[in-house]
Amino acid sequence: MQNNGWDEFEIGAMLRSFDGVATDIALKQPEDRNYSSSNSFTASVADWRIEKPLFNKDYCIDCQFCWIYCPDMSIIARDKKMVGVDMDHCKGCGICVEVCPTNPKSLLMFPEQADEETELAGWPEKDKGEK
Amino acid sequence: MAFDKMELGDIEVWDGNFAAAQALRQSQVDVVAAYPITPSTPIVEGYAKFLADGYVEGEFVMVESEHAAMSGCIGASAAGGRVATATSSQGFALMVETLYQASGMRLPIVLNVVNRALAAPLNVNGDHSDMYLGRDSGWIQFDAYSPQEAYDLNFIAFRVSEDHDVRLPAMVHQDGFMTSHTAQGVKTMSDDTAYGFVGDFKPMNDMLDFEHPVTHGVQTEEDWHFEHKARQHNDLMTKVFPKVQAAFDDFEKLTGRKYNIVESYDMDDADVTVLCMGTSVETAREVAKEMRAKGIKAGVIGIRVFRPFPFEQLKAALKGVKAIATLDRSSPNGTPGALFNEIAGALYNTDDRALLSGYIYGLGGRDLTKAQLVDLYTELQANVDAGKVTTQLQQFIGVRGPKLAFL
Repeated sequence: MQNNGWDEFEIGAMLRSFDGVATDIALKQPEDRNYSSSNSFTASVADWRIEKPLFNKDYCIDCQFCWIYCPDMSIIARDKKMVGVDMDHCKGCGICVEVCPTNPKSLLMFPEQADEETELAGWPEKDKGEK
Repeated sequence: MAFDKMELGDIEVWDGNFAAAQALRQSQVDVVAAYPITPSTPIVEGYAKFLADGYVEGEFVMVESEHAAMSGCIGASAAGGRVATATSSQGFALMVETLYQASGMRLPIVLNVVNRALAAPLNVNGDHSDMYLGRDSGWIQFDAYSPQEAYDLNFIAFRVSEDHDVRLPAMVHQDGFMTSHTAQGVKTMSDDTAYGFVGDFKPMNDMLDFEHPVTHGVQTEEDWHFEHKARQHNDLMTKVFPKVQAAFDDFEKLTGRKYNIVESYDMDDADVTVLCMGTSVETAREVAKEMRAKGIKAGVIGIRVFRPFPFEQLKAALKGVKAIATLDRSSPNGTPGALFNEIAGALYNTDDRALLSGYIYGLGGRDLTKAQLVDLYTELQANVDAGKVTTQLQQFIGVRGPKLAFL
Protein backbone atom coordinates (compact mmCIF):
# COMPACT_ATOMS: atom_id res chain seq x y z
CA MET A 1 0.00 0.00 0.00
CA GLN A 2 1.11 3.53 -0.68
CA ASN A 3 2.05 5.65 2.31
CA ASN A 4 -0.48 8.40 1.64
CA GLY A 5 -0.65 11.66 3.59
CA TRP A 6 -3.33 12.43 6.16
CA ASP A 7 -5.63 14.01 3.54
CA GLU A 8 -5.26 11.25 0.97
CA PHE A 9 -7.52 8.47 2.26
CA GLU A 10 -11.15 7.91 3.12
CA ILE A 11 -12.19 8.97 6.62
CA GLY A 12 -12.75 6.50 9.41
CA ALA A 13 -10.94 3.38 10.54
CA MET A 14 -12.32 1.72 7.45
CA LEU A 15 -10.89 -0.26 4.56
CA ARG A 16 -12.55 -1.50 1.39
CA SER A 17 -12.29 -5.18 0.48
CA PHE A 18 -12.62 -4.62 -3.27
CA ASP A 19 -11.99 -1.93 -5.83
CA GLY A 20 -15.30 -0.85 -7.37
CA VAL A 21 -18.55 -2.74 -7.15
CA ALA A 22 -18.46 -6.31 -5.87
CA THR A 23 -21.36 -8.24 -7.38
CA ASP A 24 -21.82 -12.01 -7.03
CA ILE A 25 -18.42 -12.06 -5.35
CA ALA A 26 -19.09 -15.40 -3.67
CA LEU A 27 -19.40 -17.04 -7.08
CA LYS A 28 -15.96 -15.85 -8.21
CA GLN A 29 -12.63 -17.55 -7.49
CA PRO A 30 -10.20 -15.44 -5.45
CA GLU A 31 -7.96 -14.88 -8.48
CA ASP A 32 -10.92 -13.38 -10.36
CA ARG A 33 -11.94 -10.96 -7.61
CA ASN A 34 -10.97 -7.29 -7.73
CA TYR A 35 -9.39 -7.26 -4.27
CA SER A 36 -8.27 -3.81 -3.14
CA SER A 37 -4.68 -3.09 -2.17
CA SER A 38 -5.82 -2.92 1.47
CA ASN A 39 -7.30 -6.43 1.38
CA SER A 40 -5.16 -9.04 3.12
CA PHE A 41 -5.38 -11.16 -0.06
CA THR A 42 -2.96 -8.77 -1.75
CA ALA A 43 -0.46 -8.88 1.12
CA SER A 44 2.11 -11.66 1.45
CA VAL A 45 2.76 -13.04 4.92
CA ALA A 46 5.10 -15.73 3.62
CA ASP A 47 7.92 -14.35 5.77
CA TRP A 48 6.06 -15.37 8.94
CA ARG A 49 6.81 -19.00 8.04
CA ILE A 50 9.82 -21.00 9.21
CA GLU A 51 8.51 -24.38 8.05
CA LYS A 52 6.46 -24.95 4.91
CA PRO A 53 4.07 -27.70 3.82
CA LEU A 54 4.88 -29.47 0.54
CA PHE A 55 2.16 -31.26 -1.39
CA ASN A 56 2.67 -34.60 -3.11
CA LYS A 57 -0.28 -35.18 -5.42
CA ASP A 58 0.70 -38.83 -6.05
CA TYR A 59 -0.79 -39.86 -2.69
CA CYS A 60 -3.63 -37.33 -2.36
CA ILE A 61 -7.19 -38.77 -2.32
CA ASP A 62 -8.88 -35.32 -2.48
CA CYS A 63 -10.63 -35.87 0.82
CA GLN A 64 -10.50 -32.08 1.39
CA PHE A 65 -9.57 -32.43 5.08
CA CYS A 66 -6.70 -29.96 4.64
CA TRP A 67 -8.99 -27.49 2.84
CA ILE A 68 -11.53 -27.67 5.67
CA TYR A 69 -9.03 -27.45 8.53
CA CYS A 70 -6.65 -24.80 7.17
CA PRO A 71 -7.23 -21.75 9.41
CA ASP A 72 -6.04 -19.33 6.73
CA MET A 73 -7.83 -20.57 3.59
CA SER A 74 -4.41 -21.33 2.15
CA ILE A 75 -5.29 -24.71 0.62
CA ILE A 76 -6.20 -24.14 -3.00
CA ALA A 77 -8.85 -26.54 -4.25
CA ARG A 78 -10.82 -26.47 -7.48
CA ASP A 79 -13.80 -28.70 -8.31
CA LYS A 80 -13.14 -30.56 -5.07
CA LYS A 81 -9.61 -31.43 -6.22
CA MET A 82 -6.59 -30.39 -4.16
CA VAL A 83 -4.42 -28.09 -6.27
CA GLY A 84 -1.74 -26.86 -3.89
CA VAL A 85 -0.89 -24.44 -1.12
CA ASP A 86 -1.18 -20.63 -1.32
CA MET A 87 2.38 -19.88 -0.23
CA ASP A 88 1.70 -16.11 0.06
CA HIS A 89 -0.70 -16.70 2.94
CA CYS A 90 0.34 -20.03 4.47
CA LYS A 91 1.96 -19.38 7.89
CA GLY A 92 3.34 -22.91 8.25
CA CYS A 93 1.17 -24.05 11.16
CA GLY A 94 1.21 -27.68 9.99
CA ILE A 95 -2.47 -28.42 10.61
CA CYS A 96 -2.94 -29.63 7.01
CA VAL A 97 -0.20 -32.20 7.56
CA GLU A 98 -1.68 -33.26 10.88
CA VAL A 99 -5.13 -33.96 9.39
CA CYS A 100 -3.93 -35.60 6.15
CA PRO A 101 -5.18 -39.26 6.33
CA THR A 102 -3.17 -40.87 3.52
CA ASN A 103 -0.23 -43.21 4.00
CA PRO A 104 2.28 -41.82 3.34
CA LYS A 105 0.91 -38.32 4.00
CA SER A 106 0.31 -36.16 0.93
CA LEU A 107 1.44 -33.07 2.83
CA LEU A 108 4.60 -32.89 4.93
CA MET A 109 6.40 -30.04 6.67
CA PHE A 110 9.92 -29.07 5.56
CA PRO A 111 12.30 -26.24 6.45
CA GLU A 112 11.40 -23.09 4.56
CA GLN A 113 14.59 -23.26 2.46
CA ALA A 114 14.06 -26.95 1.43
CA ASP A 115 14.01 -27.64 -2.32
CA GLU A 116 10.64 -28.93 -3.52
CA GLU A 117 11.92 -31.24 -6.28
CA THR A 118 14.48 -32.86 -3.98
CA GLU A 119 11.97 -33.43 -1.20
CA LEU A 120 9.33 -34.85 -3.57
CA ALA A 121 11.93 -37.22 -4.98
CA GLY A 122 12.81 -38.38 -1.49
CA TRP A 123 9.18 -38.63 -0.21
CA PRO A 124 8.77 -41.33 2.51
CA GLU A 125 7.50 -44.80 1.56
CA LYS A 126 4.20 -46.21 2.80
CA ASP A 127 4.38 -47.07 6.49
CA LYS A 128 3.47 -50.80 6.61
CA GLY A 129 3.06 -50.80 10.35
CA GLU A 130 5.95 -53.31 10.85
CA LYS A 131 7.94 -53.02 14.03
CA MET B 1 -43.51 -0.97 9.48
CA ALA B 2 -45.27 2.30 9.98
CA PHE B 3 -45.43 4.64 12.94
CA ASP B 4 -47.94 7.10 14.29
CA LYS B 5 -47.34 10.80 14.50
CA MET B 6 -47.80 12.54 17.81
CA GLU B 7 -49.84 15.70 18.25
CA LEU B 8 -47.92 18.19 20.36
CA GLY B 9 -48.98 21.52 21.77
CA ASP B 10 -46.98 24.55 20.63
CA ILE B 11 -45.59 24.66 24.15
CA GLU B 12 -45.29 21.52 26.25
CA VAL B 13 -44.16 21.32 29.86
CA TRP B 14 -41.18 18.98 29.65
CA ASP B 15 -38.07 18.37 31.66
CA GLY B 16 -34.74 18.09 29.87
CA ASN B 17 -34.87 14.31 29.73
CA PHE B 18 -38.29 14.15 28.15
CA ALA B 19 -37.39 16.93 25.75
CA ALA B 20 -34.38 14.88 24.60
CA ALA B 21 -36.50 11.72 24.32
CA GLN B 22 -39.01 13.57 22.15
CA ALA B 23 -36.18 14.82 19.96
CA LEU B 24 -34.95 11.24 19.48
CA ARG B 25 -38.48 10.20 18.52
CA GLN B 26 -38.96 13.08 16.11
CA SER B 27 -35.57 12.37 14.52
CA GLN B 28 -36.79 8.77 14.00
CA VAL B 29 -33.66 7.22 15.48
CA ASP B 30 -33.18 3.70 14.08
CA VAL B 31 -31.27 2.15 16.97
CA VAL B 32 -30.88 3.02 20.63
CA ALA B 33 -28.59 0.65 22.56
CA ALA B 34 -28.75 1.70 26.17
CA TYR B 35 -27.93 0.89 29.78
CA PRO B 36 -29.93 3.35 31.85
CA ILE B 37 -28.25 5.40 34.58
CA THR B 38 -29.43 8.24 36.78
CA PRO B 39 -30.15 11.03 35.89
CA SER B 40 -30.27 10.21 32.17
CA THR B 41 -32.57 7.17 32.44
CA PRO B 42 -35.83 8.82 31.27
CA ILE B 43 -34.25 9.66 27.89
CA VAL B 44 -33.78 6.07 26.77
CA GLU B 45 -36.85 4.98 28.72
CA GLY B 46 -38.82 7.61 26.80
CA TYR B 47 -37.53 6.40 23.44
CA ALA B 48 -38.36 2.79 24.42
CA LYS B 49 -41.91 3.79 25.31
CA PHE B 50 -42.39 5.72 22.08
CA LEU B 51 -41.13 2.63 20.24
CA ALA B 52 -43.45 0.28 22.15
CA ASP B 53 -46.38 2.61 21.51
CA GLY B 54 -45.70 2.73 17.79
CA TYR B 55 -44.49 6.34 17.58
CA VAL B 56 -41.10 5.50 16.16
CA GLU B 57 -39.72 2.92 13.78
CA GLY B 58 -36.55 1.49 15.27
CA GLU B 59 -34.85 -0.91 17.61
CA PHE B 60 -34.14 -0.67 21.32
CA VAL B 61 -31.22 -2.86 22.33
CA MET B 62 -30.93 -3.73 26.03
CA VAL B 63 -27.30 -4.39 26.88
CA GLU B 64 -25.28 -5.35 29.93
CA SER B 65 -23.22 -2.20 30.47
CA GLU B 66 -22.54 1.28 29.11
CA HIS B 67 -19.46 -0.11 27.37
CA ALA B 68 -21.80 -2.49 25.55
CA ALA B 69 -24.34 0.30 24.96
CA MET B 70 -21.86 2.43 23.05
CA SER B 71 -20.45 -0.68 21.35
CA GLY B 72 -23.96 -1.53 20.15
CA CYS B 73 -24.37 2.03 18.90
CA ILE B 74 -21.05 1.75 17.05
CA GLY B 75 -22.11 -1.46 15.33
CA ALA B 76 -25.50 -0.07 14.37
CA SER B 77 -23.96 3.16 13.12
CA ALA B 78 -21.33 1.33 11.07
CA ALA B 79 -24.13 -0.82 9.65
CA GLY B 80 -25.78 2.38 8.43
CA GLY B 81 -28.46 3.56 10.85
CA ARG B 82 -29.32 6.76 12.72
CA VAL B 83 -28.17 5.97 16.23
CA ALA B 84 -28.38 7.62 19.63
CA THR B 85 -28.22 6.83 23.33
CA ALA B 86 -27.87 8.56 26.68
CA THR B 87 -25.75 8.20 29.79
CA SER B 88 -24.28 9.97 32.83
CA SER B 89 -21.29 9.90 35.13
CA GLN B 90 -20.07 6.37 35.92
CA GLY B 91 -21.78 5.07 32.81
CA PHE B 92 -20.05 7.71 30.74
CA ALA B 93 -16.74 6.75 32.33
CA LEU B 94 -17.30 3.12 31.38
CA MET B 95 -18.10 4.25 27.84
CA VAL B 96 -14.87 6.18 27.41
CA GLU B 97 -12.96 3.46 25.59
CA THR B 98 -15.73 3.10 23.03
CA LEU B 99 -16.16 6.88 22.67
CA TYR B 100 -12.74 7.02 21.07
CA GLN B 101 -13.71 4.10 18.81
CA ALA B 102 -16.86 5.90 17.67
CA SER B 103 -15.10 9.14 16.80
CA GLY B 104 -12.06 7.47 15.22
CA MET B 105 -14.37 5.35 13.10
CA ARG B 106 -16.18 8.57 12.14
CA LEU B 107 -19.61 7.32 13.15
CA PRO B 108 -22.27 10.02 13.62
CA ILE B 109 -23.77 8.82 16.91
CA VAL B 110 -25.62 11.29 19.13
CA LEU B 111 -25.03 10.77 22.86
CA ASN B 112 -27.11 12.66 25.38
CA VAL B 113 -24.95 13.17 28.45
CA VAL B 114 -26.89 14.26 31.50
CA ASN B 115 -23.98 15.67 33.46
CA ARG B 116 -23.36 14.15 36.87
CA ALA B 117 -20.44 13.98 39.29
CA LEU B 118 -17.92 11.14 39.21
CA ALA B 119 -17.32 8.94 42.26
CA ALA B 120 -15.78 8.62 44.78
CA PRO B 121 -17.72 9.56 46.84
CA LEU B 122 -20.70 8.33 44.84
CA ASN B 123 -23.04 11.15 43.90
CA VAL B 124 -25.99 11.33 41.51
CA ASN B 125 -26.18 15.11 41.15
CA GLY B 126 -25.02 17.44 38.47
CA ASP B 127 -21.52 18.67 37.81
CA HIS B 128 -19.36 18.68 34.72
CA SER B 129 -16.85 15.95 35.59
CA ASP B 130 -18.22 13.56 32.98
CA MET B 131 -18.38 16.24 30.30
CA TYR B 132 -14.72 17.10 30.98
CA LEU B 133 -13.78 13.42 30.86
CA GLY B 134 -14.99 13.34 27.25
CA ARG B 135 -13.24 16.46 26.06
CA ASP B 136 -10.30 14.74 24.34
CA SER B 137 -12.42 11.92 22.88
CA GLY B 138 -12.84 13.45 19.42
CA TRP B 139 -16.59 14.06 19.77
CA ILE B 140 -18.44 17.30 19.14
CA GLN B 141 -19.82 18.55 22.47
CA PHE B 142 -22.92 20.77 22.62
CA ASP B 143 -24.04 22.18 25.95
CA ALA B 144 -27.70 22.86 26.77
CA TYR B 145 -28.59 25.17 29.65
CA SER B 146 -32.34 24.35 29.72
CA PRO B 147 -34.88 21.71 28.56
CA GLN B 148 -35.66 23.83 25.50
CA GLU B 149 -32.02 23.77 24.49
CA ALA B 150 -31.71 20.04 25.21
CA TYR B 151 -34.57 19.54 22.75
CA ASP B 152 -33.24 21.88 20.07
CA LEU B 153 -29.59 20.85 20.26
CA ASN B 154 -30.44 17.20 19.62
CA PHE B 155 -31.77 18.08 16.17
CA ILE B 156 -28.75 20.26 15.49
CA ALA B 157 -26.44 17.47 16.69
CA PHE B 158 -27.92 14.96 14.23
CA ARG B 159 -27.75 17.47 11.41
CA VAL B 160 -24.08 18.36 11.99
CA SER B 161 -22.86 14.94 13.01
CA GLU B 162 -24.36 13.09 10.03
CA ASP B 163 -23.11 15.61 7.46
CA HIS B 164 -20.78 13.72 5.14
CA ASP B 165 -18.15 16.44 5.46
CA VAL B 166 -18.20 15.98 9.24
CA ARG B 167 -19.11 12.40 10.17
CA LEU B 168 -18.13 12.85 13.82
CA PRO B 169 -20.25 11.81 16.78
CA ALA B 170 -21.82 14.48 18.98
CA MET B 171 -22.74 14.77 22.63
CA VAL B 172 -25.60 16.92 23.84
CA HIS B 173 -24.95 17.84 27.45
CA GLN B 174 -27.46 19.01 30.03
CA ASP B 175 -27.07 19.44 33.79
CA GLY B 176 -28.21 16.47 35.86
CA PHE B 177 -31.47 17.23 37.73
CA MET B 178 -31.15 21.02 37.31
CA THR B 179 -32.10 20.59 33.64
CA SER B 180 -32.91 16.91 33.28
CA HIS B 181 -35.60 16.84 35.97
CA THR B 182 -36.80 20.45 35.99
CA ALA B 183 -39.96 20.83 33.92
CA GLN B 184 -40.22 24.02 31.95
CA GLY B 185 -42.17 25.25 28.96
CA VAL B 186 -40.61 23.88 25.78
CA LYS B 187 -41.58 25.26 22.39
CA THR B 188 -42.05 22.27 20.14
CA MET B 189 -41.84 21.54 16.45
CA SER B 190 -44.37 19.33 14.71
CA ASP B 191 -43.11 15.84 13.86
CA ASP B 192 -42.88 16.74 10.17
CA THR B 193 -41.05 20.02 10.79
CA ALA B 194 -38.57 18.42 13.16
CA TYR B 195 -37.87 15.48 10.88
CA GLY B 196 -37.59 17.82 7.91
CA PHE B 197 -34.84 19.74 9.70
CA VAL B 198 -32.83 16.61 10.47
CA GLY B 199 -33.55 14.95 7.13
CA ASP B 200 -33.33 11.33 6.04
CA PHE B 201 -30.24 9.50 7.24
CA LYS B 202 -27.68 9.30 4.46
CA PRO B 203 -25.45 6.26 4.90
CA MET B 204 -21.74 6.43 4.17
CA ASN B 205 -19.42 3.40 3.92
CA ASP B 206 -22.15 1.39 5.62
CA MET B 207 -21.72 -2.32 6.21
CA LEU B 208 -25.16 -3.06 4.78
CA ASP B 209 -24.01 -1.90 1.34
CA PHE B 210 -23.17 -5.41 0.16
CA GLU B 211 -21.86 -4.29 -3.21
CA HIS B 212 -19.13 -2.27 -1.47
CA PRO B 213 -17.90 -4.45 1.39
CA VAL B 214 -15.94 -2.58 4.06
CA THR B 215 -14.01 -3.50 7.18
CA HIS B 216 -14.72 -1.10 10.05
CA GLY B 217 -12.49 -0.69 13.07
CA VAL B 218 -9.18 -1.58 11.48
CA GLN B 219 -5.83 -1.63 13.25
CA THR B 220 -3.03 0.74 12.28
CA GLU B 221 0.41 0.92 13.81
CA GLU B 222 3.11 3.58 13.65
CA ASP B 223 2.87 3.70 9.85
CA TRP B 224 -0.78 4.92 9.67
CA HIS B 225 -2.20 5.78 13.11
CA PHE B 226 -0.81 9.34 13.18
CA GLU B 227 -2.34 10.20 9.80
CA HIS B 228 -5.79 9.02 10.92
CA LYS B 229 -5.65 11.03 14.15
CA ALA B 230 -4.34 14.06 12.27
CA ARG B 231 -7.23 13.87 9.83
CA GLN B 232 -9.77 13.63 12.65
CA HIS B 233 -8.25 16.63 14.40
CA ASN B 234 -8.12 18.59 11.16
CA ASP B 235 -11.80 17.93 10.52
CA LEU B 236 -12.71 18.93 14.07
CA MET B 237 -10.70 22.12 13.74
CA THR B 238 -11.83 23.18 10.25
CA LYS B 239 -15.07 21.48 9.23
CA VAL B 240 -17.30 21.42 12.28
CA PHE B 241 -17.86 25.11 13.09
CA PRO B 242 -19.04 26.11 9.56
CA LYS B 243 -21.58 23.26 9.66
CA VAL B 244 -22.64 24.12 13.22
CA GLN B 245 -23.14 27.75 12.22
CA ALA B 246 -25.14 26.73 9.14
CA ALA B 247 -27.32 24.45 11.27
CA PHE B 248 -27.83 27.24 13.84
CA ASP B 249 -28.80 29.64 11.02
CA ASP B 250 -31.27 27.20 9.47
CA PHE B 251 -32.70 26.39 12.87
CA GLU B 252 -33.26 30.07 13.58
CA LYS B 253 -35.07 30.50 10.26
CA LEU B 254 -37.26 27.52 11.08
CA THR B 255 -38.04 28.22 14.74
CA GLY B 256 -36.89 31.74 15.55
CA ARG B 257 -34.63 30.34 18.25
CA LYS B 258 -31.08 31.57 17.84
CA TYR B 259 -28.03 29.68 19.00
CA ASN B 260 -24.40 30.78 18.89
CA ILE B 261 -21.17 28.81 19.19
CA VAL B 262 -20.31 31.21 22.02
CA GLU B 263 -23.29 32.81 23.77
CA SER B 264 -22.74 36.42 24.86
CA TYR B 265 -25.02 38.20 27.31
CA ASP B 266 -24.60 41.89 28.19
CA MET B 267 -21.17 41.73 26.59
CA ASP B 268 -21.23 44.84 24.35
CA ASP B 269 -19.53 47.10 26.90
CA ALA B 270 -18.70 44.58 29.62
CA ASP B 271 -15.71 45.22 31.91
CA VAL B 272 -16.13 42.08 33.99
CA THR B 273 -17.28 38.72 32.69
CA VAL B 274 -18.22 35.36 34.09
CA LEU B 275 -17.55 32.49 31.71
CA CYS B 276 -19.33 29.23 32.43
CA MET B 277 -21.49 26.40 31.11
CA GLY B 278 -24.79 24.70 31.89
CA THR B 279 -27.50 26.05 34.16
CA SER B 280 -25.01 28.43 35.80
CA VAL B 281 -25.20 30.59 32.68
CA GLU B 282 -28.83 31.48 33.40
CA THR B 283 -28.04 32.30 37.05
CA ALA B 284 -25.08 34.45 36.02
CA ARG B 285 -27.24 36.31 33.48
CA GLU B 286 -29.67 37.35 36.22
CA VAL B 287 -26.84 38.47 38.49
CA ALA B 288 -25.11 40.38 35.68
CA LYS B 289 -28.28 42.43 35.17
CA GLU B 290 -28.41 43.18 38.90
CA MET B 291 -24.73 44.17 38.92
CA ARG B 292 -25.38 46.57 36.06
CA ALA B 293 -28.08 48.22 38.19
CA LYS B 294 -25.30 48.77 40.75
CA GLY B 295 -23.02 50.32 38.14
CA ILE B 296 -20.74 47.37 37.45
CA LYS B 297 -20.55 46.59 33.74
CA ALA B 298 -21.06 42.85 34.05
CA GLY B 299 -21.45 40.34 31.26
CA VAL B 300 -21.74 36.59 30.83
CA ILE B 301 -20.21 34.22 28.32
CA GLY B 302 -21.73 30.79 27.91
CA ILE B 303 -19.97 28.12 25.90
CA ARG B 304 -22.44 26.40 23.61
CA VAL B 305 -19.93 24.21 21.77
CA PHE B 306 -17.25 22.92 24.14
CA ARG B 307 -15.56 20.69 21.52
CA PRO B 308 -14.25 21.68 19.13
CA PHE B 309 -13.19 24.50 21.45
CA PRO B 310 -14.28 27.93 20.11
CA PHE B 311 -10.85 29.51 20.46
CA GLU B 312 -11.33 32.29 17.88
CA GLN B 313 -14.96 32.97 18.82
CA LEU B 314 -13.98 33.41 22.47
CA LYS B 315 -11.10 35.69 21.56
CA ALA B 316 -13.57 37.88 19.69
CA ALA B 317 -16.27 37.70 22.36
CA LEU B 318 -13.83 38.64 25.14
CA LYS B 319 -12.23 41.55 23.27
CA GLY B 320 -12.08 44.63 25.46
CA VAL B 321 -13.09 42.80 28.64
CA LYS B 322 -10.93 43.80 31.62
CA ALA B 323 -11.44 40.91 34.04
CA ILE B 324 -12.69 37.38 33.44
CA ALA B 325 -13.69 34.65 35.84
CA THR B 326 -13.74 31.11 34.47
CA LEU B 327 -16.10 28.79 36.33
CA ASP B 328 -15.19 25.13 36.20
CA ARG B 329 -17.74 22.67 37.63
CA SER B 330 -15.29 19.79 37.85
CA SER B 331 -12.41 19.15 40.19
CA PRO B 332 -9.24 19.68 38.18
CA ASN B 333 -7.38 17.49 40.69
CA GLY B 334 -4.04 19.21 40.73
CA THR B 335 -4.06 21.84 38.00
CA PRO B 336 -6.05 24.98 37.07
CA GLY B 337 -9.56 24.34 35.76
CA ALA B 338 -10.01 23.36 32.12
CA LEU B 339 -11.80 26.59 31.17
CA PHE B 340 -9.10 28.65 32.91
CA ASN B 341 -6.44 26.91 30.85
CA GLU B 342 -8.38 27.12 27.60
CA ILE B 343 -9.14 30.81 28.01
CA ALA B 344 -5.57 31.53 29.04
CA GLY B 345 -4.48 29.82 25.84
CA ALA B 346 -6.94 31.78 23.75
CA LEU B 347 -6.00 35.18 25.20
CA TYR B 348 -2.27 34.86 25.83
CA ASN B 349 -1.26 36.08 22.40
CA THR B 350 -3.83 38.89 22.22
CA ASP B 351 -2.97 42.53 22.91
CA ASP B 352 -5.62 43.15 25.56
CA ARG B 353 -5.02 40.24 27.87
CA ALA B 354 -7.72 40.44 30.50
CA LEU B 355 -7.12 39.74 34.17
CA LEU B 356 -7.98 36.08 34.45
CA SER B 357 -8.98 34.15 37.54
CA GLY B 358 -10.39 30.66 37.85
CA TYR B 359 -13.05 29.28 40.17
CA ILE B 360 -14.06 25.74 41.04
CA TYR B 361 -17.71 25.48 42.07
CA GLY B 362 -20.82 23.33 42.30
CA LEU B 363 -19.22 19.90 42.65
CA GLY B 364 -21.67 17.07 43.20
CA GLY B 365 -24.67 19.32 42.59
CA ARG B 366 -23.77 22.00 45.16
CA ASP B 367 -25.84 25.09 44.33
CA LEU B 368 -24.24 28.16 42.84
CA THR B 369 -26.15 30.98 44.49
CA LYS B 370 -26.80 34.48 43.24
CA ALA B 371 -25.09 35.84 46.37
CA GLN B 372 -21.91 33.98 45.45
CA LEU B 373 -22.02 35.43 41.96
CA VAL B 374 -22.52 38.94 43.36
CA ASP B 375 -19.35 38.44 45.41
CA LEU B 376 -17.60 37.10 42.33
CA TYR B 377 -18.47 40.08 40.14
CA THR B 378 -17.49 42.41 42.99
CA GLU B 379 -14.12 40.65 43.20
CA LEU B 380 -13.63 40.99 39.43
CA GLN B 381 -14.37 44.71 39.64
CA ALA B 382 -11.81 45.00 42.44
CA ASN B 383 -9.29 43.34 40.13
CA VAL B 384 -10.10 45.88 37.41
CA ASP B 385 -9.75 48.77 39.86
CA ALA B 386 -6.42 47.45 41.14
CA GLY B 387 -5.15 46.66 37.63
CA LYS B 388 -4.13 43.18 38.74
CA VAL B 389 -5.62 39.97 40.05
CA THR B 390 -5.97 40.68 43.77
CA THR B 391 -6.70 37.10 44.74
CA GLN B 392 -4.97 33.83 44.11
CA LEU B 393 -5.60 32.51 40.61
CA GLN B 394 -7.65 29.51 41.67
CA GLN B 395 -10.39 29.74 44.26
CA PHE B 396 -13.18 27.46 45.42
CA ILE B 397 -16.73 28.76 45.71
CA GLY B 398 -19.23 27.32 48.16
CA VAL B 399 -17.11 24.70 49.88
CA ARG B 400 -17.26 24.46 53.69
CA GLY B 401 -14.17 24.94 55.84
CA PRO B 402 -11.21 27.32 55.61
CA LYS B 403 -11.03 29.27 52.36
CA LEU B 404 -9.40 27.26 49.59
CA ALA B 405 -7.24 29.14 47.11
CA PHE B 406 -4.15 28.23 45.17
CA LEU B 407 -1.59 29.55 42.72
